[in-house]
Amino acid sequence: MQELINRAKALLESGEVARVLGWRKGENVWDVEPAFFNNAEELENFVYNGFCGANLSKYMIEASKLEGKTLVFLKPCDTYSFNQLTKEHRVDREKAYIIGVGCKGKLKVENIDAKGILDVIGADYPDAAETLTVKTLYGDTEVSYKSAMLERCHVCKGKEHMVYDELIGESVDTIDADRFAEVAKIEAMSPEEKFAFFQSELSKCIRCNACRNVCPACSCRKCVFDSNKFDSAQKANTTSFEEKMFHIIRAFHVAGRCTDCGECSRVCPQGIPLHLFNRKFIKDINELYGDFQAGADIDARGPLTNFQLDDCEPDIVTKRG
Amino acid sequence: MSINNDFRPTIVAFCCNWCSYAGADLAGSSRLAYPADVKIIRVPCSCRVNPMFILRAFEKGADGVILCGCHPGDCHYSTGNYYARRRMTLLFSMLDYLGVENGRTRVEWVSAAEGVKFSETMNSFVEKVRSLGPNVRLGDLRCKN
Repeated sequence: MQELINRAKALLESGEVARVLGWRKGENVWDVEPAFFNNAEELENFVYNGFCGANLSKYMIEASKLEGKTLVFLKPCDTYSFNQLTKEHRVDREKAYIIGVGCKGKLKVENIDAKGILDVIGADYPDAAETLTVKTLYGDTEVSYKSAMLERCHVCKGKEHMVYDELIGESVDTIDADRFAEVAKIEAMSPEEKFAFFQSELSKCIRCNACRNVCPACSCRKCVFDSNKFDSAQKANTTSFEEKMFHIIRAFHVAGRCTDCGECSRVCPQGIPLHLFNRKFIKDINELYGDFQAGADIDARGPLTNFQLDDCEPDIVTKRG
Repeated sequence: MSINNDFRPTIVAFCCNWCSYAGADLAGSSRLAYPADVKIIRVPCSCRVNPMFILRAFEKGADGVILCGCHPGDCHYSTGNYYARRRMTLLFSMLDYLGVENGRTRVEWVSAAEGVKFSETMNSFVEKVRSLGPNVRLGDLRCKN
């Protein structure tokens, strides 16, 4: 971590970058938040540990409008989002100085199975331990690093940075599950079971819009959900169907552009597995139109802005059962 | 007689101006019958249909939604229906994934000369939706009790 701070300070001092975009310490070790740092003093609060799951790519949209370059720290998976935003002309590659940081999997404090957590020790980068020591009101306990990881790290896209100016730090492979296993499980259910599953999950939604606000693909200047002509603009207006509609529409709007960064599921205060929607689209696109990873290739056409003369007909949905 | 036989579904049919709408016209002028439950909405191209239109139709009480456009290759705007085809495939797959019966959605390519196909398509689609019964899943998705 000190290495990152030192490098940031050096770049600030040389004038190569005007500001630094990184993560700032919070009250607790897990309360890390994205922040801009304008000088060396502010960088004292910089932190990079296992709880830095936040994808900083989206903040580069605003940073691209500012004077001078911004130093941004991107984890391997964040670089897919950055590439996708560059492709959509939402961020300016010239305005970014990207340091690719190593990643050993990111943690979610909610995943730690303990009550009254006071502190988590062992999540510091680069010395992340296999086992985390969790201090709680009721004494210390130990949990494995893997069990506290975000869902998305278990299905990691790989630790290779898609775009960077320099790399700092080592990564560790964290993949230990099949990315589409959950989706396939739901697909195999009967319509009644599918419906019951999604009804129970989505009825938890409080329409806080956190998933939309954090999503790097949701970067429209004017969002359909902010229109007051649209009934689901506010929670108070929503009818029973609006809830589900919000999530279908949001998933569809990012279909073919979603890099599966998993931020939606990470920030959901209700713990709704929102990645299941995006991944369903990704799975369908891969199966029907060929493998596609948004953000991997900046020149590739997105699957929904492209077509083949011999694409399958929509009744394939019924046919494949 | 079961209740289902009395059920008259509301069907929304999005028809492209250049082929399917003319196909519907031909069905009419050829005196080919199709159920009055079908409400046609004319769109400039099948590709004009935003997936939200379809969801909106369901939300507002449609029991089935069908999209008709020019045959692939015959689009008035050259390529519109190719894009529509991909979009609708993904949308229908998503609805299926959410547990909405996939018989409620359909895409059919109907040319201006296919009055017979238009009426046959509508007859079979209405029959299918009628057998599925009223659309409750997309109208009532939050736990009410």
